[in-house]
Amino acid sequence: MASRLTQQNRAGWLMAGPAFLLIAAFLIIPFFMAIGFSFTNQRLVSPNPTEWVGTANYKRLFGLSILTLEAERNEDGAVRTKDGEPVFPSLRSYTRNKDDYPEYYRKREWFSFGRGVDRRTFVLASDVVFLKAVRNTLFFVVVVAPLQAAAALGLALLINRKVRGINIFRTIYFMPVVISMVVVSMLWRFIYDGQNGLLNTVLDMLTFGWFEPVDWLGQKSTALPSIMAMSIWQGVGFHMIIWLSGLQTIPESLYEAARIEGASRWQTFRYVTWPGLRNTAILVMIIITMQAFTLYPQIAVMTGGGPLDSTQSIVFQMVERGYGKQDISGGSTISVFLFLFVLSISLLQRWLTREK
Amino acid sequence: MTLERKTRLIGLYLFLGFIACIFVLPILFMVMSSLKPDLQLLSDSSSLRAFLPVGDIGVDNYRDAFSRAPVGLFIFNSVFITATTLVLSLFLASIAAFSFVFIEWRGKTVVLAIIIATYILPFETVAVPLLLLVNNLPWLSTEGVTWGWLNSYQVQIVPWIIRALEIFLFVQYFRDLPRDLVESARVEGASWFQIYRRVVMPLSGPVIATVAILKFLEMYNNQFIWPIMVVQEEGLRPIMVGLLYFFQLNTAWGEIMAYLTIITVPVLAFYLVLQRAFIASIASTGVKG
Repeated sequence: MASRLTQQNRAGWLMAGPAFLLIAAFLIIPFFMAIGFSFTNQRLVSPNPTEWVGTANYKRLFGLSILTLEAERNEDGAVRTKDGEPVFPSLRSYTRNKDDYPEYYRKREWFSFGRGVDRRTFVLASDVVFLKAVRNTLFFVVVVAPLQAAAALGLALLINRKVRGINIFRTIYFMPVVISMVVVSMLWRFIYDGQNGLLNTVLDMLTFGWFEPVDWLGQKSTALPSIMAMSIWQGVGFHMIIWLSGLQTIPESLYEAARIEGASRWQTFRYVTWPGLRNTAILVMIIITMQAFTLYPQIAVMTGGGPLDSTQSIVFQMVERGYGKQDISGGSTISVFLFLFVLSISLLQRWLTREK
Repeated sequence: MTLERKTRLIGLYLFLGFIACIFVLPILFMVMSSLKPDLQLLSDSSSLRAFLPVGDIGVDNYRDAFSRAPVGLFIFNSVFITATTLVLSLFLASIAAFSFVFIEWRGKTVVLAIIIATYILPFETVAVPLLLLVNNLPWLSTEGVTWGWLNSYQVQIVPWIIRALEIFLFVQYFRDLPRDLVESARVEGASWFQIYRRVVMPLSGPVIATVAILKFLEMYNNQFIWPIMVVQEEGLRPIMVGLLYFFQLNTAWGEIMAYLTIITVPVLAFYLVLQRAFIASIASTGVKG
């Protein structure tokens, strides 16, 4: 008996060992390295020894200060204006003055808002680009996740019926999923083009020439929404399939019962279909959210983070620093932050799908 | 069939067709554009001609793309990296899953739990420290031991071989197989490896197809961020990164569309032939609980 156990132990470790070693070496160890590096000034190659810097990297990413300034006044006490706007003292006199204002030193304006006519509050950050990347990524997630999930559910309901040729439509709707996001991004860069872009042409035709051409990726207000629309176009078929397999777990007898009771179409959806999809719904939302958080190829191919940082994303910033500037510690700090996000999402999933 | 039902059915098909256009037209546009000279390409995109093979049609863009960039080499790199990873992944994931399901060994619950836990670790969160790690790893080649994996094939293959999902999919499938098969083979004196190879794997067609398709899509389509970070040498880059090559030109859209078509058509063809398996494999990523 004992020999049989040792023999099983040996066989087991031998068979699972290689896979476990690979996962340990290329996922688990680097993950702990990321946590470690985020407290140092590690660089890819450096002549100087690496030093422990405590939480300096985190402070640099998230350093925020609030500064409220009074407008400058003329000698007669009236607020001085320029082009109808009140004039405020230069921020540089605060952010470049280490001795008097160490808390504002080397920070930059993130945004500001007025308080009355003569006061304005400035939010200063030590890493404005990163905070914009976080804001953009969250915005992307918050818009794309529900829209894509809803569109995918709509498609799933649409093709979950027994009419001739429905499989052809399922095949077509799923098609963009098997195309690389890199390819899709490049193709849509052309479609979104401001001068010769196909989208402008189509919109022009649909509105009989009323539509003014837009440089979709070239302006701050439309760049990120354009990337969102394209991402939904590419990914919606994926989640349609997951919804569809959820729909098919709902027993036909429930629908029959609803029909006998004379339920309307909406009532059938509300009281039969939707309750049966609860776990699928959570799963779909989690998958989309996880995918959306790692937004990268679209940005790298289409905009490079521009215009004016309006499409910066967390992963794009991580690559810019970790690889572009070879700042391993800076990139690692962003990785840890990204992981905390993803972890909280999956804990949320655990909690939502817990056994009651 | 009543008239009312008929009208509703026609309405349904029109709606289905309209949505199908949203998905098909951009892809059709890509393929058609790849056949047109740049000037015509730009003028055509202001009319429905953008979707039609009309005017001066030819394969000039393809020829130019091939002469502009080492497209053949990029394709070889991607196919080589994808195929190697795929084979190693199928083997190592299935044999590990076999031991988790059929063999009683000390520590297996812990090891499996650790592996499953890494499912929530997106590659992006380890990419930066991994860059430093692979820069300091040894490799044994014909020239003896060399240090640093940057600019190599192995740096694009080895870190990608195994993911938790692949092991998990095999484990789930194996759990549903009848245990008697394994027990009786054991009684007959077969070794664990023989049982794995002769009994379990021949029954595992569906899960092998699922894992192979997911891995294929991951390796062929999604290798972008990592090779950008670790492979500067052009001759070793995969197709998706090869696209960056065309950025340096003052956008010759015809050539770009030709390049996109070359790298996309094989995948689409695969998909259209094996669509049931493709869709089943995506659906199976959803059963994770």
